[in-house]
Amino acid sequence: MKDLFRGELVRFTLEEPEMRARAEVRWQHDTEFHRLADGDPARLTSEKKIKEWFEKQAEGPQPERYSFTVRTLAENKYIGFLGMWVDLIHREAWVGLGIGEREFWSKGYGSDMMKLCQQYVFSELGMERLSLGLHEYNPRALRSYEKCGFRLEGRTRKDVLREGKHYDSLWMGILREEWLQMQNGEHK
Amino acid sequence: MFDIQTQLFEGQDIRFGPIDHEKDAEIESRWTHDSEFMRLMDTGAARPLSAAMVKKQYEKLEKQIEEEKNIFHFMIRTKADDRLIGKATIQWIEWTNGNAFLRLGIGAAEDRCKGYGTQALQMLLRFAFAELNLFRVSAVVPEYNAGAIALVQKCGFVQEVCRRKSLERDGRRWDLYVYGLLNDEWRNQARG
Repeated sequence: MKDLFRGELVRFTLEEPEMRARAEVRWQHDTEFHRLADGDPARLTSEKKIKEWFEKQAEGPQPERYSFTVRTLAENKYIGFLGMWVDLIHREAWVGLGIGEREFWSKGYGSDMMKLCQQYVFSELGMERLSLGLHEYNPRALRSYEKCGFRLEGRTRKDVLREGKHYDSLWMGILREEWLQMQNGEHK
Repeated sequence: MFDIQTQLFEGQDIRFGPIDHEKDAEIESRWTHDSEFMRLMDTGAARPLSAAMVKKQYEKLEKQIEEEKNIFHFMIRTKADDRLIGKATIQWIEWTNGNAFLRLGIGAAEDRCKGYGTQALQMLLRFAFAELNLFRVSAVVPEYNAGAIALVQKCGFVQEVCRRKSLERDGRRWDLYVYGLLNDEWRNQARG
Protein backbone atom coordinates (compact mmCIF):
# COMPACT_ATOMS: atom_id res chain seq x y z
CA MET A 1 0.00 0.00 0.00
CA LYS A 2 1.01 3.57 -0.61
CA ASP A 3 2.65 5.62 2.13
CA LEU A 4 -0.03 8.23 2.82
CA PHE A 5 2.29 10.55 4.69
CA ARG A 6 5.25 10.61 2.31
CA GLY A 7 5.46 12.54 -0.97
CA GLU A 8 8.39 13.25 -3.27
CA LEU A 9 9.68 16.29 -1.37
CA VAL A 10 7.78 16.37 1.93
CA ARG A 11 6.13 14.26 4.56
CA PHE A 12 3.24 14.87 6.94
CA THR A 13 4.02 14.90 10.66
CA LEU A 14 2.45 16.36 13.76
CA GLU A 15 4.90 18.45 15.74
CA GLU A 16 4.55 19.17 19.46
CA PRO A 17 2.90 22.44 20.57
CA GLU A 18 6.29 23.84 21.75
CA MET A 19 7.84 23.29 18.32
CA ARG A 20 4.82 24.65 16.47
CA ALA A 21 4.63 27.75 18.65
CA ARG A 22 8.33 28.49 18.18
CA ALA A 23 7.95 28.32 14.39
CA GLU A 24 4.65 30.21 14.36
CA VAL A 25 6.16 33.16 16.24
CA ARG A 26 8.62 33.58 13.36
CA TRP A 27 6.14 32.91 10.56
CA GLN A 28 3.51 35.37 11.83
CA HIS A 29 6.09 38.15 11.58
CA ASP A 30 6.22 37.68 7.80
CA THR A 31 3.16 39.67 6.76
CA GLU A 32 3.49 38.78 3.09
CA PHE A 33 3.14 35.13 4.11
CA HIS A 34 0.21 35.97 6.35
CA ARG A 35 -1.60 37.97 3.67
CA LEU A 36 -1.19 35.23 1.09
CA ALA A 37 -2.61 32.65 3.48
CA ASP A 38 -5.31 34.60 5.30
CA GLY A 39 -7.86 37.37 4.99
CA ASP A 40 -7.75 38.29 8.69
CA PRO A 41 -5.51 41.13 9.81
CA ALA A 42 -1.94 40.15 10.68
CA ARG A 43 -1.40 39.75 14.43
CA LEU A 44 1.61 39.29 16.67
CA THR A 45 0.78 36.82 19.42
CA SER A 46 3.19 35.69 22.12
CA GLU A 47 4.79 32.25 21.96
CA LYS A 48 3.12 31.46 25.29
CA LYS A 49 -0.36 32.15 23.93
CA ILE A 50 0.22 30.33 20.63
CA LYS A 51 1.46 27.28 22.54
CA GLU A 52 -1.75 27.31 24.57
CA TRP A 53 -3.80 27.26 21.35
CA PHE A 54 -1.86 24.30 19.96
CA GLU A 55 -2.14 22.49 23.29
CA LYS A 56 -5.89 22.89 23.16
CA GLN A 57 -5.94 21.58 19.59
CA ALA A 58 -3.85 18.61 20.69
CA GLU A 59 -6.33 17.53 23.35
CA GLY A 60 -7.96 15.05 21.02
CA PRO A 61 -8.24 14.30 17.31
CA GLN A 62 -11.58 15.48 15.93
CA PRO A 63 -13.32 13.59 13.10
CA GLU A 64 -14.02 16.74 11.07
CA ARG A 65 -10.66 18.46 11.50
CA TYR A 66 -7.35 17.10 10.22
CA SER A 67 -4.24 19.12 10.91
CA PHE A 68 -0.75 18.09 9.79
CA THR A 69 2.65 19.71 9.93
CA VAL A 70 5.07 19.34 7.06
CA ARG A 71 8.77 18.42 6.96
CA THR A 72 11.08 18.20 3.97
CA LEU A 73 12.43 14.76 3.12
CA ALA A 74 15.90 16.01 2.18
CA GLU A 75 16.72 18.17 5.23
CA ASN A 76 14.03 16.92 7.63
CA LYS A 77 13.17 20.59 8.15
CA TYR A 78 9.81 21.70 9.51
CA ILE A 79 8.57 24.16 6.87
CA GLY A 80 4.79 24.46 7.07
CA PHE A 81 1.36 23.04 7.75
CA LEU A 82 -1.72 21.69 6.03
CA GLY A 83 -5.20 21.56 7.49
CA MET A 84 -8.41 19.93 6.30
CA TRP A 85 -12.01 20.47 7.33
CA VAL A 86 -14.20 17.53 6.44
CA ASP A 87 -17.95 17.48 5.90
CA LEU A 88 -18.71 13.81 6.45
CA ILE A 89 -22.34 14.07 5.40
CA HIS A 90 -21.84 15.69 2.00
CA ARG A 91 -18.40 14.10 1.51
CA GLU A 92 -16.64 17.38 0.87
CA ALA A 93 -13.28 18.43 2.29
CA TRP A 94 -11.71 21.91 2.45
CA VAL A 95 -7.99 22.38 2.53
CA GLY A 96 -5.68 25.21 3.59
CA LEU A 97 -1.91 25.10 3.60
CA GLY A 98 1.08 27.32 4.25
CA ILE A 99 4.85 27.23 3.90
CA GLY A 100 6.28 29.52 6.56
CA GLU A 101 9.91 29.09 5.51
CA ARG A 102 10.25 31.40 2.53
CA GLU A 103 13.26 29.66 1.00
CA PHE A 104 10.92 26.77 0.20
CA TRP A 105 8.51 28.89 -1.86
CA SER A 106 8.18 28.32 -5.61
CA LYS A 107 10.08 25.04 -5.60
CA GLY A 108 7.27 22.51 -5.84
CA TYR A 109 6.87 21.87 -2.10
CA GLY A 110 3.34 23.29 -2.02
CA SER A 111 2.26 21.15 -4.98
CA ASP A 112 3.77 18.07 -3.34
CA MET A 113 1.86 18.87 -0.12
CA MET A 114 -1.34 19.26 -2.13
CA LYS A 115 -0.86 15.95 -3.95
CA LEU A 116 -0.44 14.20 -0.60
CA CYS A 117 -3.56 15.94 0.63
CA GLN A 118 -5.57 14.83 -2.41
CA GLN A 119 -4.43 11.27 -1.92
CA TYR A 120 -5.44 11.43 1.74
CA VAL A 121 -8.83 12.99 1.04
CA PHE A 122 -9.82 10.64 -1.78
CA SER A 123 -8.17 7.35 -0.90
CA GLU A 124 -8.24 7.51 2.92
CA LEU A 125 -11.22 9.70 3.82
CA GLY A 126 -13.28 8.68 0.76
CA MET A 127 -14.46 12.19 -0.07
CA GLU A 128 -16.27 13.14 -3.27
CA ARG A 129 -14.72 16.58 -3.69
CA LEU A 130 -11.92 18.77 -2.34
CA SER A 131 -12.38 22.56 -2.18
CA LEU A 132 -10.19 25.54 -1.49
CA GLY A 133 -10.14 29.32 -1.60
CA LEU A 134 -7.41 31.83 -2.33
CA HIS A 135 -6.87 35.54 -2.90
CA GLU A 136 -6.61 37.03 -6.37
CA TYR A 137 -3.23 38.54 -5.45
CA ASN A 138 -1.68 35.09 -4.99
CA PRO A 139 -0.98 33.93 -8.58
CA ARG A 140 1.71 31.53 -7.39
CA ALA A 141 -0.89 29.52 -5.45
CA LEU A 142 -3.31 29.61 -8.39
CA ARG A 143 -0.69 28.06 -10.71
CA SER A 144 0.20 25.41 -8.16
CA TYR A 145 -3.43 24.39 -7.64
CA GLU A 146 -4.09 24.29 -11.39
CA LYS A 147 -1.05 22.06 -11.74
CA CYS A 148 -2.63 19.74 -9.16
CA GLY A 149 -5.82 19.48 -11.21
CA PHE A 150 -8.05 22.00 -9.42
CA ARG A 151 -10.54 23.93 -11.55
CA LEU A 152 -11.56 27.51 -10.95
CA GLU A 153 -15.23 27.33 -10.01
CA GLY A 154 -16.04 30.89 -9.10
CA ARG A 155 -14.95 34.17 -7.65
CA THR A 156 -16.30 36.46 -4.96
CA ARG A 157 -15.81 39.96 -6.31
CA LYS A 158 -14.06 42.61 -4.20
CA ASP A 159 -13.89 40.29 -1.24
CA VAL A 160 -10.64 41.56 0.27
CA LEU A 161 -9.54 45.15 0.92
CA ARG A 162 -5.79 45.52 1.36
CA GLU A 163 -3.50 48.51 1.01
CA GLY A 164 -6.49 50.49 -0.26
CA LYS A 165 -7.25 48.06 -3.11
CA HIS A 166 -10.08 45.56 -3.50
CA TYR A 167 -9.31 42.02 -4.58
CA ASP A 168 -11.48 39.03 -5.50
CA SER A 169 -11.46 35.69 -3.73
CA LEU A 170 -11.18 32.66 -5.98
CA TRP A 171 -12.78 29.29 -5.28
CA MET A 172 -11.46 26.04 -6.72
CA GLY A 173 -12.37 22.38 -6.54
CA ILE A 174 -11.42 18.93 -7.73
CA LEU A 175 -13.73 15.90 -7.91
CA ARG A 176 -12.84 12.36 -6.97
CA GLU A 177 -13.31 11.13 -10.58
CA GLU A 178 -11.01 13.87 -11.91
CA TRP A 179 -8.37 12.92 -9.40
CA LEU A 180 -8.71 9.21 -10.30
CA GLN A 181 -8.33 10.06 -13.99
CA MET A 182 -5.17 12.02 -13.22
CA GLN A 183 -3.79 9.06 -11.27
CA ASN A 184 -4.50 6.64 -14.14
CA GLY A 185 -2.96 9.07 -16.63
CA GLU A 186 0.23 9.25 -14.63
CA HIS A 187 0.53 5.49 -14.32
CA LYS A 188 0.07 4.75 -18.03
CA MET B 1 2.58 53.64 -1.57
CA PHE B 2 2.89 50.19 -0.11
CA ASP B 3 1.91 46.83 -1.60
CA ILE B 4 0.95 43.37 -0.40
CA GLN B 5 4.58 42.26 -0.24
CA THR B 6 5.99 45.14 1.82
CA GLN B 7 6.40 43.90 5.38
CA LEU B 8 4.09 45.51 7.95
CA PHE B 9 6.21 44.78 11.00
CA GLU B 10 9.63 45.82 9.68
CA GLY B 11 10.73 49.46 9.88
CA GLN B 12 14.05 51.10 9.13
CA ASP B 13 15.64 50.68 12.58
CA ILE B 14 12.85 48.95 14.48
CA ARG B 15 10.49 46.03 14.19
CA PHE B 16 7.21 45.09 15.84
CA GLY B 17 7.16 41.79 17.70
CA PRO B 18 4.93 39.83 20.07
CA ILE B 19 5.18 39.94 23.85
CA ASP B 20 7.93 37.79 25.33
CA HIS B 21 6.34 36.96 28.68
CA GLU B 22 9.64 36.04 30.33
CA LYS B 23 12.04 38.72 29.14
CA ASP B 24 9.85 41.77 28.53
CA ALA B 25 8.29 42.03 31.98
CA GLU B 26 11.65 42.83 33.65
CA ILE B 27 12.34 45.64 31.19
CA GLU B 28 8.87 47.11 31.30
CA SER B 29 8.94 47.03 35.09
CA ARG B 30 12.07 49.20 34.92
CA TRP B 31 10.25 51.75 32.74
CA THR B 32 7.45 52.03 35.29
CA HIS B 33 10.01 53.08 37.89
CA ASP B 34 10.55 56.25 35.86
CA SER B 35 7.75 58.57 36.97
CA GLU B 36 8.29 60.87 34.00
CA PHE B 37 7.60 58.03 31.58
CA MET B 38 4.49 57.05 33.51
CA ARG B 39 3.19 60.62 33.46
CA LEU B 40 3.79 60.92 29.71
CA MET B 41 2.03 57.62 29.02
CA ASP B 42 -0.93 57.90 31.32
CA THR B 43 -3.16 60.43 32.98
CA GLY B 44 -3.67 58.25 36.08
CA ALA B 45 -1.40 58.32 39.13
CA ALA B 46 2.11 57.16 38.28
CA ARG B 47 3.16 54.09 40.25
CA PRO B 48 5.98 51.57 39.90
CA LEU B 49 5.04 48.01 38.94
CA SER B 50 6.97 44.84 39.73
CA ALA B 51 7.89 42.44 36.92
CA ALA B 52 5.31 39.97 38.26
CA MET B 53 2.60 42.63 38.00
CA VAL B 54 3.63 43.47 34.44
CA LYS B 55 3.50 39.76 33.58
CA LYS B 56 -0.05 39.58 34.94
CA GLN B 57 -0.94 42.59 32.78
CA TYR B 58 0.43 40.81 29.70
CA GLU B 59 -1.74 37.78 30.41
CA LYS B 60 -4.79 39.96 30.93
CA LEU B 61 -4.06 41.88 27.73
CA GLU B 62 -3.69 38.78 25.56
CA LYS B 63 -6.90 37.33 27.01
CA GLN B 64 -8.68 40.58 26.22
CA ILE B 65 -7.26 40.61 22.67
CA GLU B 66 -8.51 37.07 22.09
CA GLU B 67 -11.96 37.65 23.54
CA GLU B 68 -12.82 41.20 22.53
CA LYS B 69 -11.00 41.38 19.20
CA ASN B 70 -10.69 45.16 19.32
CA ILE B 71 -7.04 45.56 20.31
CA PHE B 72 -3.78 45.13 18.42
CA HIS B 73 -0.64 45.26 20.52
CA PHE B 74 2.99 45.34 19.40
CA MET B 75 6.29 45.38 21.23
CA ILE B 76 8.87 47.66 19.60
CA ARG B 77 12.36 46.20 19.24
CA THR B 78 15.54 47.51 17.67
CA LYS B 79 16.58 45.67 14.52
CA ALA B 80 20.27 46.06 15.36
CA ASP B 81 20.28 44.19 18.68
CA ASP B 82 16.69 42.94 19.11
CA ARG B 83 16.28 45.01 22.27
CA LEU B 84 12.85 45.95 23.65
CA ILE B 85 12.51 49.75 23.54
CA GLY B 86 8.78 50.45 23.61
CA LYS B 87 5.25 49.42 22.83
CA ALA B 88 2.53 50.40 20.40
CA THR B 89 -1.19 49.70 20.61
CA ILE B 90 -4.33 50.20 18.57
CA GLN B 91 -7.22 50.05 21.01
CA TRP B 92 -10.92 50.76 21.53
CA ILE B 93 -11.54 49.78 17.91
CA GLU B 94 -15.16 50.29 16.84
CA TRP B 95 -15.33 48.08 13.77
CA THR B 96 -18.62 49.37 12.40
CA ASN B 97 -17.51 53.00 12.55
CA GLY B 98 -13.90 52.30 11.64
CA ASN B 99 -12.58 54.27 14.63
CA ALA B 100 -9.72 53.52 17.00
CA PHE B 101 -7.26 55.11 19.44
CA LEU B 102 -3.49 54.80 19.18
CA ARG B 103 -0.99 54.53 22.03
CA LEU B 104 2.74 54.61 21.71
CA GLY B 105 5.62 54.77 24.18
CA ILE B 106 9.41 54.55 24.08
CA GLY B 107 10.31 53.26 27.54
CA ALA B 108 13.83 54.36 28.38
CA ALA B 109 14.85 58.04 28.32
CA GLU B 110 18.05 57.27 26.40
CA ASP B 111 16.02 55.74 23.54
CA ARG B 112 13.85 58.82 23.07
CA CYS B 113 14.46 61.55 20.47
CA LYS B 114 16.18 59.10 18.12
CA GLY B 115 13.43 58.75 15.55
CA TYR B 116 12.17 55.42 16.93
CA GLY B 117 8.83 56.93 17.90
CA THR B 118 8.34 58.46 14.45
CA GLN B 119 9.05 55.15 12.74
CA ALA B 120 6.77 53.29 15.13
CA LEU B 121 3.91 55.73 14.57
CA GLN B 122 4.31 55.48 10.80
CA MET B 123 4.19 51.67 11.00
CA LEU B 124 1.19 51.85 13.31
CA LEU B 125 -0.64 54.17 10.91
CA ARG B 126 0.01 51.91 7.95
CA PHE B 127 -1.29 48.98 9.97
CA ALA B 128 -4.41 50.89 11.04
CA PHE B 129 -5.23 52.27 7.60
CA ALA B 130 -3.91 49.68 5.11
CA GLU B 131 -4.35 46.42 7.05
CA LEU B 132 -7.32 47.13 9.36
CA ASN B 133 -8.87 49.57 6.86
CA LEU B 134 -9.94 51.93 9.65
CA PHE B 135 -11.56 55.24 8.69
CA ARG B 136 -9.95 57.38 11.39
CA VAL B 137 -7.61 57.15 14.36
CA SER B 138 -7.26 59.33 17.46
CA ALA B 139 -4.51 60.00 19.97
CA VAL B 140 -5.04 61.44 23.44
CA VAL B 141 -2.15 63.67 24.53
CA PRO B 142 -1.63 65.78 27.68
CA GLU B 143 -0.54 69.39 27.20
CA TYR B 144 2.77 68.71 28.98
CA ASN B 145 3.82 65.95 26.52
CA ALA B 146 5.53 68.22 24.00
CA GLY B 147 7.31 65.32 22.28
CA ALA B 148 4.05 63.51 21.51
CA ILE B 149 2.37 66.72 20.29
CA ALA B 150 5.24 67.41 17.89
CA LEU B 151 5.17 63.80 16.69
CA VAL B 152 1.46 63.59 15.90
CA GLN B 153 1.51 67.02 14.23
CA LYS B 154 4.44 65.91 12.08
CA CYS B 155 2.38 62.89 10.98
CA GLY B 156 -0.53 65.09 9.93
CA PHE B 157 -2.85 64.72 12.92
CA VAL B 158 -5.26 67.59 13.58
CA GLN B 159 -6.15 68.78 17.08
CA GLU B 160 -9.87 68.09 17.36
CA VAL B 161 -10.63 68.36 21.06
CA CYS B 162 -9.16 70.37 23.87
CA ARG B 163 -10.47 69.30 27.27
CA ARG B 164 -9.51 72.37 29.23
CA LYS B 165 -7.75 71.98 32.59
CA SER B 166 -8.39 68.23 32.69
CA LEU B 167 -5.25 67.18 34.51
CA GLU B 168 -3.70 68.07 37.84
CA ARG B 169 0.07 67.75 38.03
CA ASP B 170 2.85 69.59 39.86
CA GLY B 171 0.32 71.92 41.48
CA ARG B 172 -1.26 73.21 38.31
CA ARG B 173 -3.92 72.28 35.77
CA TRP B 174 -3.15 71.10 32.22
CA ASP B 175 -5.29 70.67 29.11
CA LEU B 176 -5.85 67.26 27.53
CA TYR B 177 -5.90 67.14 23.72
CA VAL B 178 -7.41 64.65 21.34
CA TYR B 179 -5.71 64.54 17.94
CA GLY B 180 -7.27 62.81 14.91
CA LEU B 181 -6.17 61.61 11.48
CA LEU B 182 -8.38 60.31 8.66
CA ASN B 183 -7.53 57.49 6.28
CA ASP B 184 -7.81 59.82 3.25
CA GLU B 185 -5.50 62.39 4.80
CA TRP B 186 -2.91 59.72 5.54
CA ARG B 187 -3.18 58.28 2.03
CA ASN B 188 -2.74 61.70 0.40
CA GLN B 189 0.28 62.50 2.50
CA ALA B 190 1.82 59.06 1.82
CA ARG B 191 1.40 59.77 -1.91
CA GLY B 192 3.32 62.99 -1.33
